[in-house]
Amino acid sequence: MADRSWAKACITGVGQSEIGRRLYRDPLELTIEGCLAAIEDAGLTVKDIDGLSTYPGMELGNPGFSGASATEIHDALRLELDWFDSGVETAGQLGSVIKACIAVGAGLAKHVLCFRSVWEGTAQGSGGRQGIGAGGGGSFRASGPLSWTLPFAAPSAAIWIAMFAQKHFHEYGTTREQLSQIALNARKNAGLNPNAIYRDPMSMDDYFGARMISEPFCLFDCDVPCDGATAVIVSHTDCAKDLRKKPIHVESVGTALRGRPSWDQFDDLTTMATRDAAKSLWERTDLTPKDVDILQAYDGFSFLTLSWLEALGFCDVGEGGPFIEGGGRIARDGELPLNTHGGQLSAGRLHGYGFLHEACIQLWGEGGDRQVAKPLEIAVAAAGGGNTCGCLLLRR
Amino acid sequence: MSEVESPPFRILPRITDLNRAFWTGGERGELVFLRCQDCGTRIHPPVTICHEDHSRNVKPEAVSGRAKVATFTINHQMWMPGPELPYVVAIVEIDEDPSIRLTTNIVGCTPETVRVGMPVEVVFEKHSDGEAAVWLPLFKPVEEVA
Repeated sequence: MADRSWAKACITGVGQSEIGRRLYRDPLELTIEGCLAAIEDAGLTVKDIDGLSTYPGMELGNPGFSGASATEIHDALRLELDWFDSGVETAGQLGSVIKACIAVGAGLAKHVLCFRSVWEGTAQGSGGRQGIGAGGGGSFRASGPLSWTLPFAAPSAAIWIAMFAQKHFHEYGTTREQLSQIALNARKNAGLNPNAIYRDPMSMDDYFGARMISEPFCLFDCDVPCDGATAVIVSHTDCAKDLRKKPIHVESVGTALRGRPSWDQFDDLTTMATRDAAKSLWERTDLTPKDVDILQAYDGFSFLTLSWLEALGFCDVGEGGPFIEGGGRIARDGELPLNTHGGQLSAGRLHGYGFLHEACIQLWGEGGDRQVAKPLEIAVAAAGGGNTCGCLLLRR
Repeated sequence: MSEVESPPFRILPRITDLNRAFWTGGERGELVFLRCQDCGTRIHPPVTICHEDHSRNVKPEAVSGRAKVATFTINHQMWMPGPELPYVVAIVEIDEDPSIRLTTNIVGCTPETVRVGMPVEVVFEKHSDGEAAVWLPLFKPVEEVA
């Protein structure tokens, strides 16, 4: 058993910038706005921040994927840092928050500002969503992991994850009707979230009327690129007692990747990395899935949420389809309210941090119209899919 | 194993000493993977160490070119210039060792006929010439022998 040093960390504040489909605002400015909101929410000042963590850091080549690097925020706010980190090779987008928890638990920092900033909506402009690495021109040649997919006209996670969904459909009889509930539930919740991108009601007919992207995914199985920054303050519990809000404790973290770190070579094509990250989360706590009151689970593509439901043990592997059928269980008044802000499918592709933000908002009872009525004590925030995943178990 | 006529635009892989055998095996009609010469384990993507016994004695070896469709998707979205829409992207498992997989395209059939578990065989699509030439391994349904 791990020494649970991360459990000395807690979340003391969250914040978001303006969020929009295409804001045409400077991405660094947007990131600063989100960071300052989180610092203020915690009742801290910029001077209190002694740690910094972000995902992915420097822009990697897909337009709008990173609104600001750690260095840019470090310098813009003139932070004096005892610990900092950024990078994309970690346990999903929330790996950056988990690293902050570990740093705080080890005594390397007291208050770590964690952020994730995107401007994909503006960067993609009216040209629509592009494939990864597709803009290289005629003489461009692919190297590294992408060299095994780009030559086969497979430049998008939509294609890679559609193939997991297809495998799941084949192995377990999962259907598009079942999968649609992830999108319909998200849209219903987004209707109550004033910051969500798409808020108009969506019916099953709307879902089945949408154009296909990569079977079995239609347009509404794919999240919506947007602009916006989300920030979270991770503090040491000893430094959180007199802050503005009741700290949210980090009960456990899921970081494992035991299978091959590859989109097509992983041993189980129906689960992939959600399986390992979720398993390690439960190995590091005495709590069980039955204790969880609310789940915020990544929906970059609808199937990934189903994958998290199974991986986290809310239902058996292969039972995700029947579990979400009809949508009652995952509704705001259901036994496991899911993606109560509208997820990335309807609230916008804030890329992982949106789920942690919403978990905290709900645990603090700040959800407004979309606040879950039942008392909430334990939440899971899970992000990522494919070959990169991470999750946190939170306790109010 | 015939070659595909008049191929579409594709982003090609950068050829290195390590992956040359894989991307150029098609010149001889061969699908080639690195194999540990000590324990027989096949290795993909190519790396000069066997993950089973950590032997560095690995060499390219041809397989039959037969495989099964592990999973697939019919893609309808234009992500970049490429094959005519809709086209099939699949992950295939090679018959000699199903733990070795390739992301590829299924060609030579209508997309709606592709199934999980379908037997397929390699067909190469040649791009560029000389030192820059590559042979992309695509797969087509195995023709049933009555």
